[in-house]
Amino acid sequence: MSRLNRWENNRSAWLFLAPALVLIGIFFFLPVFASLLLSLTDFDIYAIADSANARFIGLRNYTGLLDNDVFWVAVKNTFYFALIGGPLTVAVSLGAALLVNARLTPLKSLFRTIFFVPFVTTLVAVAIVWRYLYHPQYGFFNYMLSWFGIDPLQWLGDPQLAMPAIILMAVWKNFGYNMLIFIAGLQNIPAELYEAAHLDGAGPFRRFRHVTLPMLGPTFLFVGVITMIGYFQLFAEPYVMTAGGPLRATTSMVLLMYEEGFRWWRMGIAASVAVFLFVIILAWTLLQFRLQKESA
Amino acid sequence: MKSQTATRVLLYCALAIGSLLALLPMIWMVSASFMQPGAANTYPPRLLPENPTLEHYRTLFTRLDLGQYLVNSTIVAGIATVLSTLINSMAGYAFAKLRFRYRDRVFRLLTLGLVIPVQVAMLPLFLLMRELGLVNTYWGVIIPALASIFGIFLMRQYAISIPDDLLDAARIDGAGEFRIYWSVVLPVMRPMLATLAIWTFLATWNDFMWPLIVLSDDTMFTLPVALANLAGERVQDTELMMAGSVLTILPVLIVFMVLQRYYVEGITVGSVKG
Repeated sequence: MSRLNRWENNRSAWLFLAPALVLIGIFFFLPVFASLLLSLTDFDIYAIADSANARFIGLRNYTGLLDNDVFWVAVKNTFYFALIGGPLTVAVSLGAALLVNARLTPLKSLFRTIFFVPFVTTLVAVAIVWRYLYHPQYGFFNYMLSWFGIDPLQWLGDPQLAMPAIILMAVWKNFGYNMLIFIAGLQNIPAELYEAAHLDGAGPFRRFRHVTLPMLGPTFLFVGVITMIGYFQLFAEPYVMTAGGPLRATTSMVLLMYEEGFRWWRMGIAASVAVFLFVIILAWTLLQFRLQKESA
Repeated sequence: MKSQTATRVLLYCALAIGSLLALLPMIWMVSASFMQPGAANTYPPRLLPENPTLEHYRTLFTRLDLGQYLVNSTIVAGIATVLSTLINSMAGYAFAKLRFRYRDRVFRLLTLGLVIPVQVAMLPLFLLMRELGLVNTYWGVIIPALASIFGIFLMRQYAISIPDDLLDAARIDGAGEFRIYWSVVLPVMRPMLATLAIWTFLATWNDFMWPLIVLSDDTMFTLPVALANLAGERVQDTELMMAGSVLTILPVLIVFMVLQRYYVEGITVGSVKG
């Protein structure tokens, strides 16, 4: 009876798993693996017509990218966005979480919802809205700057400012998600710790520094990893707001991959950009885990 | 006492300014969508429409086929949501509650997939879809969204807490494994199913890059793709673009507002315990 049961269990388990595993296998893991192979070929528009036209060319796509200025610009822009935008988003998220979670805050769930709304909106739609908010002549941002006597800025038209403008929008769009996770993290900190710190004479700042921050360690790791993985994949914002310009100042790695692969159909080159991105994300994630372990 | 009042004032100011910043872009979007043509391009910018008009909404539905995109997005997000909730919950339940060989190994392999950015798969995925004749079809958009590693995680996390006694009792009663899943497991997992369903709906509705790649004919476009396309052609028509943005965002906002309790719970379960 029990052996039969176990066998039955075993077979039905695989039936339960089959749809998910087959789909993920065929439509995710297989293409990921195929990307590695694709990056070693000169697959281009002729190969789209007939895949017999693709040839194996070893690592030439990779060496070609290393000699390609646009690629390095895209790498630089991607790091700029992730390294400035990521920490900024996490900081704003933590600030919002502390604000919503503060003892004196009324209507906590209302404010939580308000701060979370930008996150659920459609990125393409809000990117279009922000493009108008950044309008040099009629936009709200320049209007608000004028209150402080600051001359109008070109925002998305200025190669120096275009990326900061996109970062600002990304922070606005994404901080609500991390905020929810921080709120959950804050609520998991035992109240006794604060009471003990209070009795030891620690003020609000020192309680934050020595109780809140250390207790949020695992939350920071989770939020940091998720945010950075997402930010390295920057695509829709520059696609909609700047088309990668001006002067390539907002061309990200994924945008470059899209242009190479789906505009010019140079899929071999595009695949090698994708593999570079994968390596960067993997290395960065491992680094974050390592740093967390060392500081803990 | 005095310092508490000061703290309170400071806190309220921060909450008010924060809320204003969070909502201002949306408020302006809605307001500009009702403005007369050209009225959004004035200095200083106006926050409220002077002579509100529905003209842009009419244009979107009559001349620009927005109804079609709305239908496309609803079909794609609807089918993906129903099927993926079923598929992910089945897999999550199996990983949590059924015993089988290689369970931990298969699960670890899936975990690895979490650090692979989806864009890495997209080039060969497009070629695969082309081979299957699925380019420019609803299924071409839906299929890659049908099973998600994250969704399976979420489900497994929740299913682990189902008491084994409950399942064994059903087995002793002679229920088959699928019966047990359908009439015992699913009802227990209802809150988490709701979470995953909302999550998937929002993600597929808002998704941009993959639909942009796999859809080529503009009658098949989902709303975000159509909107990005329109933004290129009608960049001068600020008010029209805002009306299009409102219609794109409104459905997800409604879904979120109605079901936010589940959504918010799910996010925190996925992170803190995961």
